[in-house]
Amino acid sequence: MTEQRTTAPEGALETVRVERPVVEFLRMYVRNWAAVAGFIVFSAIVFAALFAPVILAVDPFEMVWMPFTPPGQDGYFLGTDNLGRDMFTAIVYGARATLVVGGSAAALTIVIGLTIGSLAGYYRGWVDEVLMRITEFFQVLPPLLLAMVLVALFEPTLPTVAIAIGVVTWTGVARLARAEFMRIRELEFVKAARSIGSRDRRIIWRVILPNALPPLIVNAALTVGIAILFEAALSFLGLSDPNVMSWGKIIGDNRDYLLDAPWTVTIPGVAIFLTVLAVSLIGDGLNDAFNPRLRER
Amino acid sequence: MTASGNSDYLLEVQDLKVHFRLPRRNMLTPGGTVHAVDGISYRVRRGSTFGIVGESGSGKTTAALAAMRLVPVTDGSISLDGVEMTTLTGDALREMRRKIQIVFQDPYSSLNPRMRAGAIVREPMDLMEVGEPVERDGRVAELFRRVGLRPEQEALFPHQFSGGQRQRIGVARALATQPELIVCDEPVSALDVAIQAQILNLLRELQNGFGLTYLFISHDLGVVQHICDDIAVMYLGEIVEQSDRVSLFTLPLHPYTWALISAVPSARRRERGKDGRVRLQGDPPNPIDPPPGCRFAPRCPFAVDRCHRDKPALREVREGHLVSCHLVGDDCVPPHAAAASVS
Repeated sequence: MTEQRTTAPEGALETVRVERPVVEFLRMYVRNWAAVAGFIVFSAIVFAALFAPVILAVDPFEMVWMPFTPPGQDGYFLGTDNLGRDMFTAIVYGARATLVVGGSAAALTIVIGLTIGSLAGYYRGWVDEVLMRITEFFQVLPPLLLAMVLVALFEPTLPTVAIAIGVVTWTGVARLARAEFMRIRELEFVKAARSIGSRDRRIIWRVILPNALPPLIVNAALTVGIAILFEAALSFLGLSDPNVMSWGKIIGDNRDYLLDAPWTVTIPGVAIFLTVLAVSLIGDGLNDAFNPRLRER
Repeated sequence: MTASGNSDYLLEVQDLKVHFRLPRRNMLTPGGTVHAVDGISYRVRRGSTFGIVGESGSGKTTAALAAMRLVPVTDGSISLDGVEMTTLTGDALREMRRKIQIVFQDPYSSLNPRMRAGAIVREPMDLMEVGEPVERDGRVAELFRRVGLRPEQEALFPHQFSGGQRQRIGVARALATQPELIVCDEPVSALDVAIQAQILNLLRELQNGFGLTYLFISHDLGVVQHICDDIAVMYLGEIVEQSDRVSLFTLPLHPYTWALISAVPSARRRERGKDGRVRLQGDPPNPIDPPPGCRFAPRCPFAVDRCHRDKPALREVREGHLVSCHLVGDDCVPPHAAAASVS
């Protein structure tokens, strides 16, 4: 262990090597090889999504060859789909929609959930009652159905889809944030913050939130995975922007040909699986890295 | 700002009550009310140390937190330097808190784990606008030295300090706003005995150096005897005896105080009375539904019928010595002494 703690008696002068929290965090994270693998896979997907137009000159909607060309044949790495569109191009471009919707929906989930949860957990009383009843209202609605209704009511564009997913998935974050705020607000350093003249806003954002963050960050990573699955489900059902290529849409378009051209459905399925797995592994790694009980091993 | 009271007393608490409502079990049964502090009055002289002792659940910590308005006050008055605290809200309350600071019991949870030690001590100055911003770093370093830490340690996080060192940071934070009164809520009970003495000596040294007044909460009579000038003994939300230190320890009048004092371990056996240590039976009654008469009666070895029926008032039986017990007569003979002389 590089860090040395002061265990010497009172007043004894001893040099302490300070390890910056970021460094300590990284050291903990890289000890979990699965989390590192998840990070590498996820980074590769992000890279592909970012540079898709640079890597591939072809439009994902363009018909390039015979329909249902099996992977590897005629120079098409992942084959072609029912309309003769290149599967590889579709997968790479699909990563963009998936990540944009998954990421922004998860961000929205965090913003709504954290706001509701922190206010309920900090103020308690009637604020808590009202906010938790609202949360329960959203919890009892079937999420996919509600998301479908929201997308159907408005135009099926990427922002709409992201908002719909965010609106149906924030309840878990809200409950977690509420529980953390209720726990931390009773700790003495919060009383101390009040006694030195901190106002409510400062206590919520500057005192409690940084201490509540670790489980929320882990949850946020897992929320990205959930949002990606939701996006895939909605596009599979045709409730997404028809002009944007996404993995769920590929599956939806080709679902009738599952037996004749199984790759058209399995390849985007594997892409979804890998992305969600990578995100979950990252979440696990963050959880381990934030958990002080694992630090000293 | 406000008119400064020029009386001898810095803090005057009158008939303070803090009741907590319990949540309802269901729609029909109303929740109970915990009488954590049930009408206590005390006054703290400027520059002195006023101790409140009692066992767990006696309401001593709640009484201390209420003095800082950190828990909601149900009833009564708290006057700090002649200013009524209970009616203050918002910024006026923040302003008054500059004069009254607190050192907490648990040095492991009273410091924000995500802040560096220097920032913890500086924060109150920034929030309360104490001194000029450019001077504050120097003041932080000075406070670190005053509490026995090195200014280089400002860059460390709380988990890199030992318990005693953390408590020193807590003391430095309390001193940062240049308060007149510091509430010490069991400041040493979480520390090793050897470290306890160091912190107590530090507190006493700072009291002399800065002219501080302490409201000192403890369950440890040994500690209280060491540091307090005046002492109030609390039992189940009420003060049962109050006196200066010498009078309380030489002639405890209330049977509860007597039992507490006899429970203090002593290295010299002879110092104990012939009857040795008194063991109280049972636990304090439920503060949701306190007994009607004397609250100590169910555990008091001398209790008579009247004790279970009538509530004794806190009255002055000697100069500056208050007790609430039916059995202490005007001759000031406590029930335990009377019992000893009969047998």
